[in-house]
Amino acid sequence: MQKVDDIKPCYPLFRQDEYKESLSNKQDNFEERHEASKVQDTFTWTTTAEYRDLNFKREALTVNPAKACQPLGAVLCALGFEKTMPYVHGSQGCVAYFRTYFNRHFREPVSCVSDSMTEDAAVFGGQKNMIDGLENAIALYKPEMIAVSTTCMAEVIGDDLNAFILNTKKAGNIPNDFPTPYAHTPSFVGSHVTGWDNMFEGVMRYFTLNTMDDKTPGKNGKINIVPGFETYLGNYRVIHRMLDEMGVAHTMLSDPTEVLDTPADGQYRMYAGGTTQAEVKDAPNATNTFLLQPLQLDKTRKYVEGTWKHEVPKLNPPMGLEWTDEWLMKVAEVTGREIPASLLKERGRLVDMITDSHTWLHGKKFGLYGDPDFVMGMAKFLTELGAEPTHILCNNGSKKWDKAMRKVMDETPYGQNAKLYPGADLWHFRSLMFTEKPDFMIGNSYGKFIQRDTLHKGKEFEVPLIRIGFPIFDRHHLHRSTTLGYEGAMQVLTTLVNAVLERLDEETRGMGTTDYNHDLVR
Amino acid sequence: MALRQCAIYGKGGIGKSTTTQNLVAALAESGKKVMIVGCDPKADSTRLILHSKAQNSVMELAAEAGSVEDLELEDVLSVGYGGIKCVESGGPEPGVGCAGRGVITAINFLEEEGAYTDDLDFVFYDVLGDVVCGGFAMPIRENKAQEIYIVCSGEMMAMYAANNIAKGIVKYANSGSVRLAGLICNSRQTDREDELIEALARMLGTQMIHFIPRANSVQHAEIRRMTVIEYDPTNPQADEYRSLAKKIVENKKFVIPTPITMDELEALLMEFGIMEVEDASIIGKKAAEVPVAA
Repeated sequence: MQKVDDIKPCYPLFRQDEYKESLSNKQDNFEERHEASKVQDTFTWTTTAEYRDLNFKREALTVNPAKACQPLGAVLCALGFEKTMPYVHGSQGCVAYFRTYFNRHFREPVSCVSDSMTEDAAVFGGQKNMIDGLENAIALYKPEMIAVSTTCMAEVIGDDLNAFILNTKKAGNIPNDFPTPYAHTPSFVGSHVTGWDNMFEGVMRYFTLNTMDDKTPGKNGKINIVPGFETYLGNYRVIHRMLDEMGVAHTMLSDPTEVLDTPADGQYRMYAGGTTQAEVKDAPNATNTFLLQPLQLDKTRKYVEGTWKHEVPKLNPPMGLEWTDEWLMKVAEVTGREIPASLLKERGRLVDMITDSHTWLHGKKFGLYGDPDFVMGMAKFLTELGAEPTHILCNNGSKKWDKAMRKVMDETPYGQNAKLYPGADLWHFRSLMFTEKPDFMIGNSYGKFIQRDTLHKGKEFEVPLIRIGFPIFDRHHLHRSTTLGYEGAMQVLTTLVNAVLERLDEETRGMGTTDYNHDLVR
Repeated sequence: MALRQCAIYGKGGIGKSTTTQNLVAALAESGKKVMIVGCDPKADSTRLILHSKAQNSVMELAAEAGSVEDLELEDVLSVGYGGIKCVESGGPEPGVGCAGRGVITAINFLEEEGAYTDDLDFVFYDVLGDVVCGGFAMPIRENKAQEIYIVCSGEMMAMYAANNIAKGIVKYANSGSVRLAGLICNSRQTDREDELIEALARMLGTQMIHFIPRANSVQHAEIRRMTVIEYDPTNPQADEYRSLAKKIVENKKFVIPTPITMDELEALLMEFGIMEVEDASIIGKKAAEVPVAA
């Protein structure tokens, strides 16, 4: 029982005899469980190579996907524009999911509305919901732009966003000139990164497609940066900082850093910061457009090249040393600005850090999972550190990703053992962690269950999780850190090497057994 | 010449696919570059052009490959008579799944894969019977088909369907640039059929663009999986399709239709003797109360 003057959380409360007894009563009398030995046998079987092979023969079932759905990405994209309300045409539960997902990761309120389609809307089409929804959203939340995306429901019944929005304007429910970019984002196609791409293209199309006559690439002397589905706020900031240090005028197209990082000063901000409409309208006049996550921005690239006539540079994401070098040099080439001493010094510091830590990272094996561009940059950086990415899993990775990733791994001796798993899920990954145990895995919070399972088999089988990715629900403030640029590489390196040292300490703490290596200096 | 995209609608079984393929064959014969996109889970919109039982559809191939992203354009696009490009969206077996979504998926795929090439003069969408859900309206969304032709005949249900389709077009025409371009009468040899369809067309604010007489040669060609144009180019029926093709090429009459009410439609049918004048005194009366007149 809880005592008023000694309130305990569920752990350790439920470890008290009283609760243990209550739980086993429930299990023995009501759960109709298999015997513990049978459960354990089955568990052990799922850790075998035989099970792994069966697991990889799965065709029609996904277990624990390492990806989310399109409208989630569309919402994040919309949040990056000034005073913009993300609006999801579809059922309410979907939007509740997007909001809680972001709430838990960013620990911020996330504004997003749904037009709450129900049974009748599924039958008669959602136009009425759209008309009421747009009108209400403007009246209640006073946005200056509404970015409309869709859920599966609206997509299956074939709702035509363009027609619905135009009809809403024609009927006079919202002003004709109120900005309402839209994107069809069926959840059953692609993933959250596709949704970001689609929504972004929708916003650019809305503001620039019909006003290209007076636009010329290079006219405003800036460059555009398109982040793609990016959840590390430090990444937006580091790109701004590096470009500022170079003196490169630029526009971050979709920048949610303010609204997803508001101060607690007693004032609630439904909107904060973000790319302005004026900046979007002016974007075609930029010298060029840089895509930070090139594999995840197909539609954007097509639009930027086709309509804005920008020759989008073919670059890798600026992760790690070499790819940050390449990125900065390309910016220098495009803008004619030199890379300043401050960045050269920062680079030197990173190289210094790499050499300092390399003895601990050399030859360490890592399994990783996440979005296409992230895992690619991460794997590349690991090889720069002398570490070996052995299992690279990308649930939303395409054939194109597979090819590009293979090429990157083939170029380095540290990538020779890398196995690639496009389209595979975390249940596949679990099998791999048992049968081909790397030293660590890198990924989002969902990996913690794989760590628990591997530990259950025995301490020597445990694969510790290093949390880099999205979402991270069970650690605080990591979303504020950085993975791009030299700064990002420094932070990632720090995380990796300290995980290695933590683990080594843990293993060498045995009094009189392993503590001969429990060194003060590492 | 800029690409013209046309959608063909009409009651199920009216002869949309046969008419479309013969029409398209006539266009191809005159040197036009044409693509047909079948928007019907039955996938029978291209068989006469390809001489095949049924073309492998986008959805069928996507299901096989795992997802539509794994497909290439050449997997789904076949070229048949007269260089006509053929695609079938395909869809589920009757009673399961969602055929409308199949249409959306297929058309999105074609757009993304660049099937709408600059050398095309026409794209024809052959759309399943009634526009039952949003998916079947995909071909008439903004930036897709802007001309709609309705195939009908002098039968009551065909005209009823034509009027319903006109109602659907109004919804899209108000917010976009899609227009009704005409009725194609595929004759069932009912009395004064041409006059009747002309009258209906007038009421809908459009035209009867062509009257296609009934001819066995169409069926003769069809059992050989051919269009009349190809099977027997000298047949008078082939000329009918040629003249339909010519009229469509020259067509300038694109309107927002003015659909009529049920009462107006019934009045029209009564005027042409297809429907009896209603006798209100017998409604709800049993045989014992009001015997049927001998």
